[in-house]
Amino acid sequence: MKLKLHIWRQDNAKTAGKMVSYDANHVSPDMSFLEMLDVLNQELITKGDDPVAFDHDCREGICGACSMVINGIPHGPQRATTTCQLHMRSFKDGDEVYIEPWRAEPFPVIKDLAVDRAALDRIIAAGGFISVGTGAPPDGNAIPIAKEISDLAMDAAACIGCGACVAACPNGSAMLFTAAKVSHLNLLPQGEPEKDQRVINMVAQMDAEGFGNCTNYAECQAACPKEISIQFIAKMNRDLIRAKLREGNNAGSGKTGGA
Amino acid sequence: MQLNAKIPAGPLEDKWDQHRFDMKLVNPANKRKYTVLVVGSGLAGASAAASLAELGYNVKCFCFQDSPRRAHSIAAQGGINAAKNYQNDGDSVRRLFYDTIKGGDYRAREANVYRLAQVSVNIIDQCVAQGVPFAREYGGVMANRSFGGAQVSRTFYARGQTGQQLLLGAYSALERQIGLKKVAMYSRCEMLDIVLVDGKARGIITRDLINGKIERHAGDAVVLATGGYGNVFYLSTNAKGCNVTASYRAYKRGAAFANPCFTQIHPTCIPVAGDHQSKLTLMSESLRNDGRIWVPKKAGDTRAAKDIPESERDYYLERKYPSFGNLSPRDISSRAAKEVCDEGRGVGPGGLGVYLDFADSIKRLGKNMIAERYGNLFEMYERITGENPYEVPMRIYPAVHYTMGGLWVDYNLMSNIEGLHVLGEANFSDHGANRLGASALMQGLADGYFILPYTIGNYIAGAKLNPVTTDHPAFAETEREATNQINQLLQINGKRSVDDFHRELGKVMWDYCGMARNDAGLRTALERIPQIREEFWRDVRVPGSGTYFNQELEKAGRLADFLEFAELMCHDALMRTESCGGHFRTESQTEDGEAKRDDENFTFVAAWEYKGVGTKPTMHKEVLEFENVHLSTRSYK
Repeated sequence: MKLKLHIWRQDNAKTAGKMVSYDANHVSPDMSFLEMLDVLNQELITKGDDPVAFDHDCREGICGACSMVINGIPHGPQRATTTCQLHMRSFKDGDEVYIEPWRAEPFPVIKDLAVDRAALDRIIAAGGFISVGTGAPPDGNAIPIAKEISDLAMDAAACIGCGACVAACPNGSAMLFTAAKVSHLNLLPQGEPEKDQRVINMVAQMDAEGFGNCTNYAECQAACPKEISIQFIAKMNRDLIRAKLREGNNAGSGKTGGA
Repeated sequence: MQLNAKIPAGPLEDKWDQHRFDMKLVNPANKRKYTVLVVGSGLAGASAAASLAELGYNVKCFCFQDSPRRAHSIAAQGGINAAKNYQNDGDSVRRLFYDTIKGGDYRAREANVYRLAQVSVNIIDQCVAQGVPFAREYGGVMANRSFGGAQVSRTFYARGQTGQQLLLGAYSALERQIGLKKVAMYSRCEMLDIVLVDGKARGIITRDLINGKIERHAGDAVVLATGGYGNVFYLSTNAKGCNVTASYRAYKRGAAFANPCFTQIHPTCIPVAGDHQSKLTLMSESLRNDGRIWVPKKAGDTRAAKDIPESERDYYLERKYPSFGNLSPRDISSRAAKEVCDEGRGVGPGGLGVYLDFADSIKRLGKNMIAERYGNLFEMYERITGENPYEVPMRIYPAVHYTMGGLWVDYNLMSNIEGLHVLGEANFSDHGANRLGASALMQGLADGYFILPYTIGNYIAGAKLNPVTTDHPAFAETEREATNQINQLLQINGKRSVDDFHRELGKVMWDYCGMARNDAGLRTALERIPQIREEFWRDVRVPGSGTYFNQELEKAGRLADFLEFAELMCHDALMRTESCGGHFRTESQTEDGEAKRDDENFTFVAAWEYKGVGTKPTMHKEVLEFENVHLSTRSYK
């Protein structure tokens, strides 16, 4: 089939970008979306043009590297599917396809469709861990964990950190990402001792990075390739309020956005 | 070149304990004076970087991905083995050791494998403490399953995301140390070469992938945890970025490369759909627990699966290996699939596929139970192929998946270059000639959490490390060579793209150094590879410049190394005239087509020494001694 592609081209974070149109004339329905772009890039290289830069790695929907807004939807039209797992049978001959990078202030464009998502790593560094060094932890079965709790923690932990939630949110909020990370650890008994400080620090870092607040659009949940539920945002807000109450008047950072 | 494996004396069970006692320690107050450079942030790299920083060392960690959390360890679906014996089904450290040695077709070191089995139990505890959400039973205890050829249930898992969850555990420990400023993390930063000073590994040269800046980093030891080289075949289940560059550069600087021909072909991948194919997708081998593998009995049978009656189907694994059936080890299952396809009995487009059929299990257990076990995998399959595996059987075909070969290391995980440590898939590893399912995650984490943190202290405490800064002439010289190569690649301005060359190389490797190898084929490959390499350096087109985010330039540099490395693989495969594990020489098989090992002549590790581009490398042998297991013929009949 033949497609008309409109792709965001931008040299780097300091220059302005623009949409550029390309014809994709030999698209097979069995191609993945990225393979369709591979073919385009091969044509561009042969012609002496600059190929389109985009992030990708595992191409099996798990590493979270690929990041494209396709026709206005992060990761494209198919539910619970990353860009790399989206296949061209989701499109039909003659379609026009608009391809853009994640757009959010904390995600500066590196080139074309590739953006810098290091802000998400910094949220983890602020508290997305359990402070246990390598050494002699208790036996894995020493703390029984109810299956429902373990399963719920796993639902949250399934987040692949792609940032589609941020790209989908009209506020550019990273609440779904942060909530998934907070909830995964706060639900488990191992995460209990640092529960309060974890949520306070991670939310503070999220705000410091310039991500917006949550106003319940729920676009994040719809775009999430791992179908993380916004219920975790509610849970994070409850954790945050409790943590702030327990923290008392003196220890607060003074900035409690996100709740 | 002297290869000394430094295996401690004493009984097998006591070697590691005794060695830990014998090793020198670095005074806690002195650790902060030493810097360790860790290249790679997968399970091995992240766990090592975090653990070393916790001990007090200064750590710099490097990854080419945009975040350390994206290393390819994330893709492992099925699970991680540990000799916990939680199921009371007869497992033990000794049994995991024995299974791993046997599964590896007796081409791994006893002492290393025993240690791996010993620390496997600590790994699970460590990961639970970090919050890894392993599957639990209703009583709250951990769930296990049997996996890929094991007769005990020793595999721990976190849905279909075990690798991802284990890496997130190691990554969270790493991020904690980054937050504490004990680790300096360099993402989107690729190692181009290693710097030796007085014969010791003292630094690396890197390229910042965003702005193209070439940088020097000095340290007291270098740790490579840079994964495997399966992408030499172009199509593999590896992530697109996986490459051999770090290992190969170390090899060119004098590190021995061991058993490069040992590659693992995974039996359950989604078949190739067309010329546009950019990678192959693995379906977890756990599917073989409930799926039955078959092809039509008649060659050229083009009927739909549902129209082929039971009596005209050949469940060839169940027929040939009745005791293991569909759970036969990876190499055996892969070769059996190739055989039936070579006989013209393959299914799907191009005839390169076999059925993995869940109809019987759905009848027996119900669709819901199958959906609970494999729902996400079935969805993934349908997304890729457009076929619904609840209705029609899956089609699968083997694909390159894991590489057992790697840089040679001693018992301390140090290569023959002093100070250069190699972890995880990048070393020649504990898996011998074939890795068992759910053992890669185990080895990566064992190396990073529980082995290197001890052994590197022993090295640092014992080595006389003079202070070295990046002003040392060795850094300038190595940087100059790295920069020259980049400039050269950019100046060729030929007609063919990097991918075009990579596909051509991959096809040669798959045809002649893939699932079945023989003398004539390997000699053909050894003629073809230098030709492709020569054409690459004459006619490749790398657009743009080296001063910005230029993905074609990244790929070109990696392919340049694959084009030399491929030859090394073929030399190794040609030398090893026996069949063992993942290495099948058609000349060495029994009358009924089974692999025939040659213990008399090949019970050794082949460690190759670089002698120049296009020159045959020199082989050094590390003879393998088996004192605790009896070398038997692997039989899964």
